[in-house]
Amino acid sequence: MTAESVHESTRPMPAVPADGSQPGPHGTRLLSGWFTTGRAADLADHLDRYGPLPLDRAHRGHASPLIHAVDQAGLTGRGGAAFPTARKLQAVADGRGAAVVVANAMESEPASAKDATLLQLAPHLVLDGIALAAQAVGAREAHLCVARTRQQQARELHAALAERERHRVDPVPVRLHELPHHYVSSEESALVRWLNGGDARPMSTPPRPFEKGVGKRPTLIDNVETLAHLALIARYGPAWYREAGAPDAPGTTLVTLGGAVRHPGVYEAPMGAPLGRLLAHGGGPSEPLAAVLVGGFFGSWLPANEALPTRFTKQDLAALGAGPGAGVLVALPQRACGLAETASVLAFLARNGAQQCGPCRFGLPAVGEDFAALAFGRLDVDGLRRLEHRVGLLAGRGACRHPDGASRFAATALRAFAADVERHLHHGPCPAVHQPPVLHVPTGSVPGADEWR
Amino acid sequence: MAITRSTELSLRLDRIACEGHGACAELLPELLSLDEWGYPVVHSAAVPPGLAAHARRAVAACPVLALRLERSRP
Ligand SMILES: Cc1cc2nc3c(=O)[nH]c(=O)nc-3n(C[C@H](O)[C@H](O)[C@H](O)COP(=O)(O)O)c2cc1C
Ligand code: SF4
Repeated sequence: MTAESVHESTRPMPAVPADGSQPGPHGTRLLSGWFTTGRAADLADHLDRYGPLPLDRAHRGHASPLIHAVDQAGLTGRGGAAFPTARKLQAVADGRGAAVVVANAMESEPASAKDATLLQLAPHLVLDGIALAAQAVGAREAHLCVARTRQQQARELHAALAERERHRVDPVPVRLHELPHHYVSSEESALVRWLNGGDARPMSTPPRPFEKGVGKRPTLIDNVETLAHLALIARYGPAWYREAGAPDAPGTTLVTLGGAVRHPGVYEAPMGAPLGRLLAHGGGPSEPLAAVLVGGFFGSWLPANEALPTRFTKQDLAALGAGPGAGVLVALPQRACGLAETASVLAFLARNGAQQCGPCRFGLPAVGEDFAALAFGRLDVDGLRRLEHRVGLLAGRGACRHPDGASRFAATALRAFAADVERHLHHGPCPAVHQPPVLHVPTGSVPGADEWR
Repeated sequence: MAITRSTELSLRLDRIACEGHGACAELLPELLSLDEWGYPVVHSAAVPPGLAAHARRAVAACPVLALRLERSRP
């Protein structure tokens, strides 16, 4: 095809004026293209659906209409912490000199597949988000960080970026980087350190990236899903964004449903819906549930009866010691052993620390071993007390929040599976410890010192 | 109240630099203790005026300069 403009492609325009502001089937927004066409959207599809980048709405500074719109929309980060996106945009925009934008597509959470799905099906929404955010914070360069282990994804994104370059879509250059893929190499200060030429291992903060990040410049780091939502808010505005979801948790969100649900996979669902409703997107539980893991390996276990009626908002989940995380929900069936599942995740988290801080080098492996002993009926009451003490000492004692995540994971398991803990202590392991696990926990050993670059 | 405010000090520990030598906890047991592997647990980062001299000594004793004293922001 020699046509200069992608609009001159041979593809017919859709019969219904495809203003992307109309929700797609099942109320989808980010994934509506997929539900309409059944294929990954290339640049022509994307422009047909959403039109060109509304760059005029995204200039830098306090009066930036885009930052204002994102604030009004109430968009929160989809990378784990659910931090208000507009506050971060403003902090970086207020920084001194040219800023930098980094899109986090690392998705190191093993139970999550939402970023990979989004990037495969609607890459240009993410790339639009990068361009618009760059404009709004005054960045002259942008970086997209992906995991080196996902070669197909890197190829597709290279192609999408090349297509945009040919058609001069982006106001600033976007560079694709393939980083070593370990659980913590996706943490924001690890991205900064890697982009600055070092190891992809977390750094001590402050300074935080928004103050001094890539090239010592104010740096905006956002999850790719966050940026895709931003691209839609820039086009259709905050009132449109808030038409989905709840007043205290607006918009839609991508969730990855796993475990004992009829149709595991990635779905787009309204924020603020009860977890039971979210599971219903995947056909609901396929058998009676004992618990739900909310937020993946960085998340919390909740007993099923508590979890299912709870609304998917930061506040409602915080009241139960959980958080939305990256939108992972794993349904644990009653036949499974929550303690054995937890032990294998804790062993994974212990192997995947960056081995820089005391809690990561010693605390996490010790907690993992104690938990395995508990699951296999080898821990006594004193051992349990020691385990609880060690779990309590992990949080807040690393340079990054990796030990905090492991601590919460272990603490919520002890609570959600309290009855099992009693049984394992006094009667040995349950038969389920020998069943195949529900959670798929990657194997592999502690990364070597030379595997972080 | 500017004078008292300027003497409000707080401890900051660089968790990556820290190698668990443990000298700090010995000199400042009121605010720091060690876990079972010798890594510090900060019980309170805020340094009361009466402990400022001890805190300075603890900072000076760290062989890898992982512990610092900062003026806390009011
Ligand atoms: C151990 C660890 C791993 C993380 N992994 C990811 C990740 O794979 N993808 C991601 O977007 N954020 C990850 N985060 C969160 C990032 O540090 C950062 O907060 C996020 O990318 C910010 O984007 P958001 O505001 O859009 O959520 C991780 C954080 C920690 C502590
Ligand atoms: S807490 Fe663990 S993962 Fe985080 S910086 Fe320290 S060693 Fe690295």
